[in-house]
Amino acid sequence: MSNIKVPTMAEMMAAGEKPDVLFWVGCAGSFDDRAKKITKAFVKLLNHCNVKFAVLGTEESCTGDPARRAGNEFLFQMQAMMNIQVLDGYEINKIVTACPHCFNTLKNEYPDLGGNYEVVHHTQLLEQLFNDGILKVEGGSFKGKKITFHDPCYLGRGNGEYEAPRMVLEKLDAELVEMKRCKSKGLCCGAGGAQMFKEAEKGNKEINVERTGDALATNPNIIATGCPFCNTMMTDGVKSFNKEEEVEVMDIAEMIANAADL
Amino acid sequence: MVSNIIFLLLTLGAGIFFALNIRKIIQKIKLGKSVDRTDQKKLRWKTMAKVAMGQSKMTRKPIAGTFHIFIYLAFVITQIELIEILVDGIFGTHRFFQPSLGGLYVLSISIIEILSVLALIATFVFLARRNLLKIPRFQMPEMKGWPKLDGNIILYMEFVLVMCIFTMNGTDEVLFARGESHLAGEGSLGFAVSSWFGPMVFGGMETSTLHILERVGWWGHIIMVFSFLNYLPFSKHLHILLAFPNTFFSKLTPMGKMTNMESVTKEVKLMLDPAADPFAAPAPEEGAVPQRFGAKDVNDLSWVNILNAYTCTECGRCSEACPANTTGKLLSPRKIMMDVRDRAEELGEGIRKNGADYNDGKSLLGDYITEEELWACTSCNACVQECPVLIDPLEIILDLRRFLVMEESKMPAELATMNTNIENNQAPWQFSPTDRLNWKDEA
Ligand code: SF4
Ligand code: SF4
Repeated sequence: MSNIKVPTMAEMMAAGEKPDVLFWVGCAGSFDDRAKKITKAFVKLLNHCNVKFAVLGTEESCTGDPARRAGNEFLFQMQAMMNIQVLDGYEINKIVTACPHCFNTLKNEYPDLGGNYEVVHHTQLLEQLFNDGILKVEGGSFKGKKITFHDPCYLGRGNGEYEAPRMVLEKLDAELVEMKRCKSKGLCCGAGGAQMFKEAEKGNKEINVERTGDALATNPNIIATGCPFCNTMMTDGVKSFNKEEEVEVMDIAEMIANAADL
Repeated sequence: MVSNIIFLLLTLGAGIFFALNIRKIIQKIKLGKSVDRTDQKKLRWKTMAKVAMGQSKMTRKPIAGTFHIFIYLAFVITQIELIEILVDGIFGTHRFFQPSLGGLYVLSISIIEILSVLALIATFVFLARRNLLKIPRFQMPEMKGWPKLDGNIILYMEFVLVMCIFTMNGTDEVLFARGESHLAGEGSLGFAVSSWFGPMVFGGMETSTLHILERVGWWGHIIMVFSFLNYLPFSKHLHILLAFPNTFFSKLTPMGKMTNMESVTKEVKLMLDPAADPFAAPAPEEGAVPQRFGAKDVNDLSWVNILNAYTCTECGRCSEACPANTTGKLLSPRKIMMDVRDRAEELGEGIRKNGADYNDGKSLLGDYITEEELWACTSCNACVQECPVLIDPLEIILDLRRFLVMEESKMPAELATMNTNIENNQAPWQFSPTDRLNWKDEA
């Protein structure tokens, strides 16, 4: 049994309480074994900082992002409207999520369908907690390590957020090295646009291998990610180079939770 | 005066021919569906000033960007000289503004000359880059044939134009020094480059030869300008004009946001709302074309998409940054834009000649763009980010996918499974929705 506290909206409502922020876990964060670790790390941080949050639990449903990008606008809008009904039913104002795809969809695409929320990526919330002095870490095991950050397309180019993840990583007292293609020039990991759920089209290389090559060229100890799908892609990429012994792929939330001894 | 009349006829002819061709292009852009891009005017003007006038995105590639700015500036500044050429040509004067502007005239021509030299250097660099250096983005399959020739033709024209300018100014410098120019005065005209270039090259020639050469330079210059103008509508170089409207009408929302399909919203609302009045939606008009979801042909796209296609400079910055393209997939965002333009030309010409009901049985999807290309896209927005004139190939790719999926149910099998999972399990994988919070209690 883990010692994390994960209140659901239903429980909060029953207790007559309202969270400050809803943690949108997302499908990967809920079901994918690797991503679940990220979810738990982030919850530990929320618990540690006494953030009053809640999750929707079984009332959460796919945002519809992959369906929309795969061309199924009907399915996307069905999902979106169902989710908006649930969110509005609980009078949600603010949402945090560890998935850039959920982040982008909730933030930019739900307003067209009547869902208006303040949406932040988990690295943005962590940055805020650091800035407010609520969260403090020392480098710990990361001190002096070489870390390179892979920009998720839907956080970086898609929404112009390049600084929050880097600012959070800087708290680790590590050496942050940039890949040749970074920030707005960052190369995709290969998972977006519903590619995660299908075989790649014919080509001469896998995109995640190409991108992992970029990352490994910086000789990192850790490849930092801010997206569960990037995480999977980069992890597979590192394996294809037989480097899994030397190079770890970690989400920023996991790194901070680790440094905070959680 | 015969030459005045010839000049006037040439000018009028070039103007009319150009206007007619531009009108045809506007008609083709209007094949697209309407979309409102007139909001946030201030931001739109600002974007245009920054990206089109200020070339702000060109310098993402510092070397190419700098040389391009040379040609761009030379082109813009030379327009000032063009005013004088027009006046001289129509009224038979010689360097009409020289006496009245004096020092300012010398300064203007000198700036033009210096920029022309820089443009000449850039022309050689670009010719070398296209033909000798074998830079990958100029060697992709879609650049074979006409697009390659097009890229070179304009550089040759640029070369001839600059040669004409220096022949015109250089010979005039020598003539002036000999007191044989049509201008009063003595010594040198004082043009920055020609004042030494002229005597060096033309100094040993007969005065009568110089008079002829001066005219050759002058007429050559204006004929190159008119040819260039009328070449534009058939070339990727149309971007020098369309970059302005194209950046003005560009998408201003975050790149990650996809356009919402209002037509779908209406239907989904009806489906989800048990209280909805099924008669609230007006019955489709008799004979109305049934609404098509997504895009199969260019007329299903928006006019901005088609404007994008006519603006494309075929620079390939998009494809160079595209993760699918760089890993050997068939997809090339530049090709998507070229296909849209070529198809708009084809369909537009057909409609112009045969009327609005024209149907050639072809379409953008299938005859130009294949499904394999579409399914290779990761929607990463790298192409959109890199485009120096704010073209959005991704919007077109996604609209074509929408047609494939919603009208034809054609998609990779795994994506069909993914959709079924989302429908049944509210997640793209086959997990039970009741297990969604299980992670909480797992070790
Ligand atoms: S959005 Fe699609 S076409 Fe554009 S660069 Fe990314 S993968 Fe290539
Ligand atoms: S779409 Fe933009 S980046 Fe791509 S070739 Fe055309 S102008 Fe260049």
